[in-house]
Amino acid sequence: MTTTQSTATPTTQKLGIATAIAVSFLVLSGLIFSAEDVVQGSTVRMMYVHVPSIWVAYLAFGLTALCSAVYVSNRSRSLIWDRFAGASAEIGVLFVAISLVTGSLWGRLTWGTFWVWDARLTSTAFLFITYIGYLAVRRLGGTFTQRARRSAIMALLAVLEIPLVHFSVNLWRTLHQKASIADPNAKVQLDGFMLFTLFWGLVSFSMLFAWLLIHRQRLMALEDAVQDQGLDRAIQERRTEAGR
Amino acid sequence: MTSRMQTVRRVSLAVVRKDLRIEWSSKVLLNQVAPFSLVIMIMFAFALDNEGILQRVAPGLVWLATLFSMLVIVQRSFAVETADGALDALRVAGTEPLGIFIGKSLALMVQLLALELMLLAIALVLYAVEPTAMGYAETFATMLIATIGLGFVGTLYGGLGAGARGRETLLPLLLLPAVAPVLIGATRATEAAFGSGGAQSSEGWPWIGLLAVFAGVFGAVGALAFGPMIEE
Amino acid sequence: METVVELSGVVAVLSNFPALAGIDLVVHRGEIVLLHGPNGAGKTSVLRVCAGLLPIERGEGSVMGVNLRTHRESVREQVGLLGHSNGLYLELTVTQNVSFWASTVGATEQEVALAMQRMKIDGRLAHVKASQLSAGQRRRCALASLIVRRASLWLLDEPHAGLDTAGQDELDAILQSAVSSGATVVLASHETQRSRLLATRVVKVDGGLISGSES
Repeated sequence: MTTTQSTATPTTQKLGIATAIAVSFLVLSGLIFSAEDVVQGSTVRMMYVHVPSIWVAYLAFGLTALCSAVYVSNRSRSLIWDRFAGASAEIGVLFVAISLVTGSLWGRLTWGTFWVWDARLTSTAFLFITYIGYLAVRRLGGTFTQRARRSAIMALLAVLEIPLVHFSVNLWRTLHQKASIADPNAKVQLDGFMLFTLFWGLVSFSMLFAWLLIHRQRLMALEDAVQDQGLDRAIQERRTEAGR
Repeated sequence: MTSRMQTVRRVSLAVVRKDLRIEWSSKVLLNQVAPFSLVIMIMFAFALDNEGILQRVAPGLVWLATLFSMLVIVQRSFAVETADGALDALRVAGTEPLGIFIGKSLALMVQLLALELMLLAIALVLYAVEPTAMGYAETFATMLIATIGLGFVGTLYGGLGAGARGRETLLPLLLLPAVAPVLIGATRATEAAFGSGGAQSSEGWPWIGLLAVFAGVFGAVGALAFGPMIEE
Repeated sequence: METVVELSGVVAVLSNFPALAGIDLVVHRGEIVLLHGPNGAGKTSVLRVCAGLLPIERGEGSVMGVNLRTHRESVREQVGLLGHSNGLYLELTVTQNVSFWASTVGATEQEVALAMQRMKIDGRLAHVKASQLSAGQRRRCALASLIVRRASLWLLDEPHAGLDTAGQDELDAILQSAVSSGATVVLASHETQRSRLLATRVVKVDGGLISGSES
């Protein structure tokens, strides 16, 4: 194997260029072309980052769950599923963080406070913590198969845990404190172009996700391969021990 | 299949007896965990320096103290398994993992329940809580059902990579978010039972339902996932 | 002769270190095979692979017809492993420990009593906590727990270590009687004087490989 290997292929290069163009257009469209909101003014532009980020996070965690399920149910136990699950979760954590940060900045501007204990915010924070835990489990060490099995179980547990947390947090907020905080999006009247910009945000962020995911997965495969090559060398070294 | 169920029964009984015997002879729960949870309850009073507040938030404090103490009990429950390679020996003997799971869960539940009763007594004395007869019934129901859920989920996560380094510090990060529904459900139900903040005792039963769902879900999942979880 | 253990080109990894670097080993029923070699040669890993504890990274392996790559969990009911650690619960007494292991497999009180008697840990020692035992007494306790488990493949890691001469004699007798009733024994040791007398075959392990064999 040569050392000049990269994680890019012609296809991903094209995808990368397309993503760059799509995101640039989103920046222009979100910051300049689209109109201000009647009530929120320019603050509403936060939406074009905030909503697509949480969308990507959900997409990523969904994919993590799906790949983990495939890994567990597939007889061949192919590690590619494990790597996709891990790569997807990493990106998901990144985007959930982005959406939490943009969300609280937005909240500061519209509600005057960074954080409110509303059901959606609280469950999103839990989502963030749960997948940080998942990534920590991935780093527990051991062989690739150990890592794959452990983290697949964790990912599937998370799928179970998140609805339970979400449901109970929801119940907590609605039973306890009648939704006193208005939905930030409720007052926003989206005109056609704003709606289009939001949609464009979803599309371009999804492309970004796909591009990041493929590269991260390939990088992980290379990391694993390096360890494996190291193993070949280590086996050779180990064998020479016998001669001494 | 019935023979497998018999094996599961036999192994779980052996494991629960063994775990409780270890507790009986080492008295770690009595001598270390119970005083620890008492300290937590007293520290809460220092932090929330107002009797009215304490009375109002007593249910939440009882359950927080339970969860923190549970972390210690779960660590301990798996430390005895790994101290001299007993878990390895269990695995190598092909001991039915479902039996181990049920046995260890039951032992954890018994210890947690004992601890919760003590914490309840402390709350009655230190935080001046005065439940009605109906409130007591509701409190006990809450404790019983919450504890079943906690026992399952604690054992499941406790078994994660039982030999892996760094597991001890990872356990709180994984376990606490997972038991958040129990904290919410049990606290609300106990508030209803204690009448904290003017809550009616009838408000508690839906929360107990939530706790039952939690217990059922993690019992079923733990039964499936515990075996692969303790594998190397 | 019936093949009990068959390993070919087995590589097993302990956190990225190839403890086994391509082991070939065949053990037939009724043999007592001694693995010997220097510290860190991979003897323990061979035993752990055979017990289905350590996964096979490369190569193929089977124990009693069970494929270790795909079904290593199901081999375990038939093997008994005595590792470096004894697998005892230190807070429990000797009797409680042996009874616990007996109850997981459904062995009777009688079998427990017999095993404890054979390992000479009945009487005064029976009600002493495992944490208060000497190293040799713990070893006896672990062996008694192993006896009640009625394995058909015995995997023993330094079984003689810590035992006094009488204990070592007792162990040898137990192994021989197990073999004569159809079991197979693989033991690892670098203290070979005694084990050589017991073994029907000696296999030299070094650098994660089998480096020689003598009968």
